[in-house]
Amino acid sequence: MRSAIVLTAGIVSGLALGWFVFPLALYSTEPQPLHFSHATHAGEKAGMACADCHAVDEQGRFQGIPAVAKCAECHSAPIGESASELQLVEQYVTPNREIEWKVYARQPDNAHFPHNAHVTLGAMECADCHGPHGSSDTLRAYQVNRISGYSRDIWGPNISGFASNPWEGMKMDRCVRCHDDRGRRDGCVACHK
Amino acid sequence: MVIDLDRCNGCGACAVACAVENNVPPAHQQANTRNAVSLMNVSAVSNHEQFPAGDTAYIPMFCQQCENETPCMTVCPQNAVDVDPVTGIVGQVPQRCLGCRYCMTACPYHARTFNWRDPEWTDGMKAQLNPAVAPRMRGVVEKCNFCHGRLHAAREKAAAAGRNEIDPADYVPACVASCPTNAITFGDLNDEESDVCRLSKSDGAFRFLARLGTEPKVYYHTTKPWVRALAERSLTRTRQEEFHG
Repeated sequence: MRSAIVLTAGIVSGLALGWFVFPLALYSTEPQPLHFSHATHAGEKAGMACADCHAVDEQGRFQGIPAVAKCAECHSAPIGESASELQLVEQYVTPNREIEWKVYARQPDNAHFPHNAHVTLGAMECADCHGPHGSSDTLRAYQVNRISGYSRDIWGPNISGFASNPWEGMKMDRCVRCHDDRGRRDGCVACHK
Repeated sequence: MVIDLDRCNGCGACAVACAVENNVPPAHQQANTRNAVSLMNVSAVSNHEQFPAGDTAYIPMFCQQCENETPCMTVCPQNAVDVDPVTGIVGQVPQRCLGCRYCMTACPYHARTFNWRDPEWTDGMKAQLNPAVAPRMRGVVEKCNFCHGRLHAAREKAAAAGRNEIDPADYVPACVASCPTNAITFGDLNDEESDVCRLSKSDGAFRFLARLGTEPKVYYHTTKPWVRALAERSLTRTRQEEFHG
């Protein structure tokens, strides 16, 4: 009886370690350099579309997170008196210094994700991959895998690898599943670089 | 792709452009032709005649993009090599490569090289790295992918304009763009009206080691019979090799 209790306790503590403590050790949490509210910009207050800032240049290249010059178009002087607003103008816009955002969706170097092919040709929505990020009020903390150096969003928030929402996880199997469903015939180098 | 060997003067601009485009690091101190990384090699060949009959030609050699029984793909235990069903380009994904170098043995053209070391760039050169191509690490094989970074850019540009098909003018590999004598013509061999298709069927067009039946998609062109004879040359043992066994 006693050995059964010890065995059960061992299994339970082992599982607890693996499922709850290991993820804490695996990921380090880093704050974003500045407060930013997508809800304020994309909501009723400013009424902007995703593509107003996350634009495509004349060469057809997706620009990702915009440069500080884009912020300066509206925020050349502080709008309101919040601390982050003053920080933006004084530390970044006025000295024209780029904000070192931590990119949640940054893929490994060898992955090539063409936004135009998916959004323009494939008629996908931003939220299909990025979830409700565009309506979030604060930037959540950025978590990085200590071993691989990749953002936690690549694996997904659930350590088991199962996604509870369709946009969670940005691994290759998700790309492949979607391409297979649509009957795409691609070689490896179509998406790898 | 069709390469006019009569126009090639062996300047090596294609090899330099290739290395810059594909983030091939500068050769290390002990590098030689067997252990340096190089996706594009230009070799000088001679007809071994005395003046005035002596003649030299230069042969740019790189992945010949075999269509049939692609040797490297066939032997790869990792599925790190595949032939793109749309473009016909033989793609190498170094991140899947385990470094067994079986493909290097299988390749009849010696078009593959192995990274014996981690790539090293000086600080100034790091700023010049091409973000469209991932650098390779120590222990993997690499080869010419027909500048896949440029194909990605052309596709992205077409997609931004709402087109599924790329503009052929947007996708030109670095070697083709850099050739000062315009010796290299690039395009879609399946397009009957393209220059590259017409040249590949012209007199004097040939492929190296065509007898192997791998159907390479890189053609060469020359008017010199002795250069053409090199294309099918077998490795015959010299008298000295016969003597020493």
